[in-house]
Formats: sequence, C-alpha cells, structure tokens
Amino acid sequence: MATTLTPVLTDTWDKDRSWTLRTYEANGGYRGLRRALAMQAGDVVTMVKDSGLRGRGGAGFPTGMKWGFLPAPDGGPRYLVVNADESEPGTCKDIPLMMASPQHLIEGMIITSYAIGCRHAFVYVRGEVLHVYRRLLKSIEEAYAAGYLGTNILGSGYDLDITLHSGAGAYICGEETALLDSLEGLRGQPRLKPPFPAVAGLYARPTVVNNVESIASVPGIVVGGADWFKQMGTERSSGHGLFSLSGHVTRPGQYEAPLGITLRELLDMAGGIREGHELKFWTPGGSSTPIFTAEHLDVPLDYESVGAAGSMLGTRALQIFDETTSVVRAVTRWTEFYKHESCGKCTPCREGTYWLLQVLQRLEAGRGTSADIDLLLDLCDNILGRAFCALGDGATSPITSAIQYFRDEFEAGTHTPADVLFPPERSSLFAYTPRRSGAQLAGVHA
Amino acid sequence: MSVEQVPEARTAGQTHRTGYDDQTRARLAADAAQIRARYPQERSALLPMLHLVQSEDGYVSPRGIAFCAAELGLTTAEVSAVATFYTQYKRHPNGTYTVGVCTNTLCAIMGGDAIWEELSDHLGVGHDETTDDGAITLERVECNAACDYAPVVMVNWEFFDNQTPDSAVALADELTAGRPVAPTRGADSVCTFKEMSRVLAGFGDGRADEGVGAGEPTLRGVALARQEGWEAPPFPGGAEAGKPVAERPVASEASTKTPARGTRTTKAAGDSHAPKPGAEQSSAERPATTAGDVSPEQQQTKQQSDDAKES
Repeated sequence: MATTLTPVLTDTWDKDRSWTLRTYEANGGYRGLRRALAMQAGDVVTMVKDSGLRGRGGAGFPTGMKWGFLPAPDGGPRYLVVNADESEPGTCKDIPLMMASPQHLIEGMIITSYAIGCRHAFVYVRGEVLHVYRRLLKSIEEAYAAGYLGTNILGSGYDLDITLHSGAGAYICGEETALLDSLEGLRGQPRLKPPFPAVAGLYARPTVVNNVESIASVPGIVVGGADWFKQMGTERSSGHGLFSLSGHVTRPGQYEAPLGITLRELLDMAGGIREGHELKFWTPGGSSTPIFTAEHLDVPLDYESVGAAGSMLGTRALQIFDETTSVVRAVTRWTEFYKHESCGKCTPCREGTYWLLQVLQRLEAGRGTSADIDLLLDLCDNILGRAFCALGDGATSPITSAIQYFRDEFEAGTHTPADVLFPPERSSLFAYTPRRSGAQLAGVHA
Repeated sequence: MSVEQVPEARTAGQTHRTGYDDQTRARLAADAAQIRARYPQERSALLPMLHLVQSEDGYVSPRGIAFCAAELGLTTAEVSAVATFYTQYKRHPNGTYTVGVCTNTLCAIMGGDAIWEELSDHLGVGHDETTDDGAITLERVECNAACDYAPVVMVNWEFFDNQTPDSAVALADELTAGRPVAPTRGADSVCTFKEMSRVLAGFGDGRADEGVGAGEPTLRGVALARQEGWEAPPFPGGAEAGKPVAERPVASEASTKTPARGTRTTKAAGDSHAPKPGAEQSSAERPATTAGDVSPEQQQTKQQSDDAKES
C-alpha cells in the first residue's frame, strides 16, 4: 500500500493566523503540557524514549536517550538549548515551522524542560530570518501572558523562562558545541569532547541541545503516547517527519510523512520531476549527505535504509537535480560553502576545504589535470574522520559520492568547462541568456 | 577591518575619541542592561549587543566595539575577535538595505547565479559592496532555508521568493528609489538595516502579526493531505486525549486508517547507533570516556558493582 502523508506538525499551518497562540490552542495546543505537568518528569522522559523519537536535526540520535544522559540533579542549573540555526544547504523545514507555528516549539520546550529539570531554556535561531525572530519573540510573550511560562506554570509549581537568542551568520553554529560557545558570547567554534554537553554544556552545566523539529514533536507524543507515535514510520525510525522537496520538481514544498516513505512516492505527490526532464541526482538529507541517483528512488527514507544505501537521512532535505545539471558545478559550489563556513579551528578542515575548492574550480573550468580526481579523493581521505567536528566530514560527502556516480564528468573537467557541457540556462527555472560564461561555445559541443 | 581615522591621539582620562555622546551612551547602556538580564552570565549578551551597535551605527563601529568591551568587562580585542567571526556583523557602514542573493548550489542552479550576475551588473557593485548612494549592500548569501522557493533573494533578511533577474532588478530599483517593498513572506514592508538590527538584539518592533503564516510550497503537503483525506493516526481517546492522565478514560486500542509504513513491534527503537563519519557528531553519540561523562544509569550500575565488591 502506498504511503500517505501524516500532517501532525503541519496540521495547523493552513489555519487563519496560524502563528498565534489563540489558533494553536483552538487546534489542540497545550494539551500536551497539561498532561505532562500531571506526570512525573521521569515518566515524560520514558514516554519519549519509548516513542523512538530520534533527533530531527540530522544525526538521528534517540531524543529521550539524550535527555537520559544528564547526570542526576545536583541542585545547580540544567539547560535546554534549542538548535534553530537551520543552515544546512537544502534544509528548509524548521524555519517554515517556526514561521507558521512557533507555539509548537514553545510547548515542546516547556514539556522538555519540565522533563529534564531545566528552569531556563534557550532558542538559538539563526540571525538571517528576521520575521521568524519576530514570530518567536511574540510567541514567547504570548506564552508568558497565558501562564505557560514564568513562575508556577498552570499552578503546577514549576517555573521556566525562555530566552530567544539570535545568531549572526555562521553555519558552524549549527554544530551543538559551537552553538553553545556562540551562545556564551564567543566565536562559534566546536569544543573538544568530552566533556559532552549533557555533562558540561552551556556555562559548563548539564545541557540538552535538540533540534526544532525534535522538540516540536514532543507535545504530540505526550498527547498521543509512545504507541501513537510508533504507528508511523518504521520499527527503528518511528514517527512523522518533514520532507522538504526542492529543485527540479514540479511542486516543491514541505511534505510531512512517516519516516520510510520513498522519493518515488514523494515525487508522485509533488508532480514529478519538472516537465520534460528526468532525475539525475539528489541529496537525501542536505549537502553533507552523500548524493543519490535515480537508482535510489525506492530506498525507504529512514535512518537505517538510507545508511545501508550509502548515505544518511540527515534532515530529509531532498534537493532534486535533473539531467541538465552539472554535478561538477553543484559539488564545486557546495565546496565553496564548506570552505567559507569552516571555522578555522582545526587544520584538516580549514586547509582541506581550501584545497578541495582549488582543485574543483579548475575542474569546473575545464582545466583540471589527470591526477585531480585522485587528488580530490586523497584530500577527502585526509579530512574525513580527522576533523574536529562534522563539518569537515560533511564537506567530503558530496565529492566522494559524486565521483562514485559521475566520474566521467570529473574526467571531462580536464578538457571541457562544466558550463559548456551543461549550459546553466538549461537548468534555471526561467529563460535567460548567460552573460559571463563559456556557453557561447555550447553550440559546438551540444 | 575598517578603522575610522582618529584625528588626535587619546589622552589619559578621556573617553574614546569616537565614543557616543552622553545621551546616546545612556540609552544604549539601558538597552544593554536589558540584554544582559536575559542571561545567567553576562558575556552571553555580546552577540545581541553587537546587533544593538549595528542598530545605532549601521555596522560594528570602533566606538561600538569599545562600548561592548566597557559594558562587559572585555578588551576591545576580545570583542573584535567575536565580531569578525560572524558574517552578519558588518565591518563597513552598511547600506540601508542588505540585498542577498542566494548562490548556494540549489538556488544557484535554479537561477540564482543569473540573478546575481544581473543584479551585480545593474548596481555596479560586487559582493559585500555598497552602492554610492548608500541604499544597497549587495551580498552573495548562503542557503537561507527557503529552498522550496528557489531562487531566493533576501532583503534585510526578509524572504523574496521565486525570483528572476527581472524581478530582482525591479526590487533593487524600488529600494534605490526609497519606495517601500513587501517581502513574499514577512512583514508588510521591509524595514531598514538599523531597524532590523534592533529586532535581532531582542527588541520587538510589534510587526510579528504582519504577513502570511506560510507560502504555497510550505503548505503543499498539508493541502494535498486535505484533498486526499489523509490524516495522521488519531490520538487515542480522541477529544479526551491530552487531559491529565488521572482524568482520562482508558485509551482505546489504537486503530488507524493511516497506512503507515513498515511493521513495528513494541521494542524501543534505536538502542545502538554508533556514530559514523559524516554524521552530525552529537555529543551523546560517543561512548563516555571520562568519569564525569557517564549517565545516572551508568553511575548507578557502577555503584552497585562497587558495592558488591566491598561486601
């Protein structure tokens, strides 16, 4: 039977003034909090553990288990920090969630904070989404006014404050320890681990760092129970998730489905690849996850199946590219991104991304050497697993996977520019005449 | 870093030559006090305070750096080290509007590169450069989490979705002419760089209720679900769900018409997931390696084990 969509988080997005507390409450909002406050905190943790909810920020680590790693209370503060620094190329789920329904996140934060014994929680939202910042600020104010935040929440005796914190433009701050350094007023550079945030996180205190969608999924789990959540998804990848289709697809957008749906099914819902074209390659979970091709259309999009097929589920950021797209151009641009965003703390990533880009740029320009592919693979081999954090690893994923599936295009980079092989105006969603490329030559080769 | 020329050397006891006048400084100090009050440790106030400086000076000015340093008990070098790390902190006076064209892979290929070329030629400036009239600072920006609206242009970090070279040029012309422009998803009109910076410092401008909740692509999944009659499994207990446990009747056995995928058992999911290269390195993913880095369960197990040895 075909998989169908399961609107849970998205279910209120099409309501009038969906971002307001009033709309959220009218559609069942804050039932979860009331229920949680009547439970023992430990039972809330157990419920989320039992649900099988796994981190929706990319790594897929079991959320409840992460909460369980906090040491026993010692009387000092414990923190929840929500990672709302959504910046992974292709990933576009948390920002629309917070734009359309910020209360989902706020309720999830209150429940989570209660569960882990936190009295002061933080949202670290990237600074490049002004209106989302406004909506979050307003939603926190509304929650205070309604008695969901502050002291003695709903008469329970439980107190919580939430601070909204804006980043300032740095992809690396999506890495949880870099995020914590940034939140402490420092350059956002990853920390050496251990100690892990669960033991020494924000201000060296026990801290849980969770993704927006993970936290926003908590109220539903508390209302419906673990078994309700597990009705969706697969055995080890349970629940609903936002699948973000973008690129050369007829109807790009957010599709909330059980984990384990396939790209073939999602493409059917989204009207397929743009008319007259066919799928060439795609990312299952953002640019840091190895690319897939048409042969992977039926891979169930759950953590295990995508992993077994050689990539990662990541953030379910499905960037779709058709046959007009130069894979060398795409990979070079991603590498430019990683080089720009490398924080500079560790050598393999800082130097490695620089040299990767040098080599890729000459391949894109058709001036590569016959040794360049091996050089790229060697560079990747010296970054993967040797960098301080996952940024370095992520930088190698598109390169090694693209060479695996499209080696001939890299070989062509030794003699022909990518924009001659793949004129960019054929890939764009509007007609135009390129002004600064070698595309004038395209007619010769095409 | 652009450092303003200081005409004369500073003498002992004087305030910074480029410092704020007393009135401005008092106002900023009051704002800074509010910002500091949001955090358990005041150094956390630095990032919002740098946004605050930009709301006053239109960039991270030398006097703004000195202000932050004085307020937080830091050196100006420490403040500069942070300010230069983040791309939103501008080292030169910014234009009234930052116009950012997404040229990360997805947007670039969907047409962002063409938009960039057109706009850069039209305005006569390159990346991180400002037009002579001070209206527009042009930037190539990285992925801004709106890929389903590609190609995307941001103006003062408000979304202008599904752009073309023509629409982007028209947008820039409106900005240059000083006419208000409305983002696709955002406030009713784009505010100035300084006004935006003040919001990012945490001072709301009362505009959260302006604009839409979502654009069409954001709603495509839910719209299709409505059309097809697809729903998530109902909460057990229906309308009673979510009431405090004591008040709830016993939940009925879950039944669902949703053909969710896969077979499942009651076994808890995800009990053994080793990190692997390329995965986001969640702190919790790696095994504990120090005494301070163990879970309560582990500690308890160890304690029991130790107790057993002693008995």
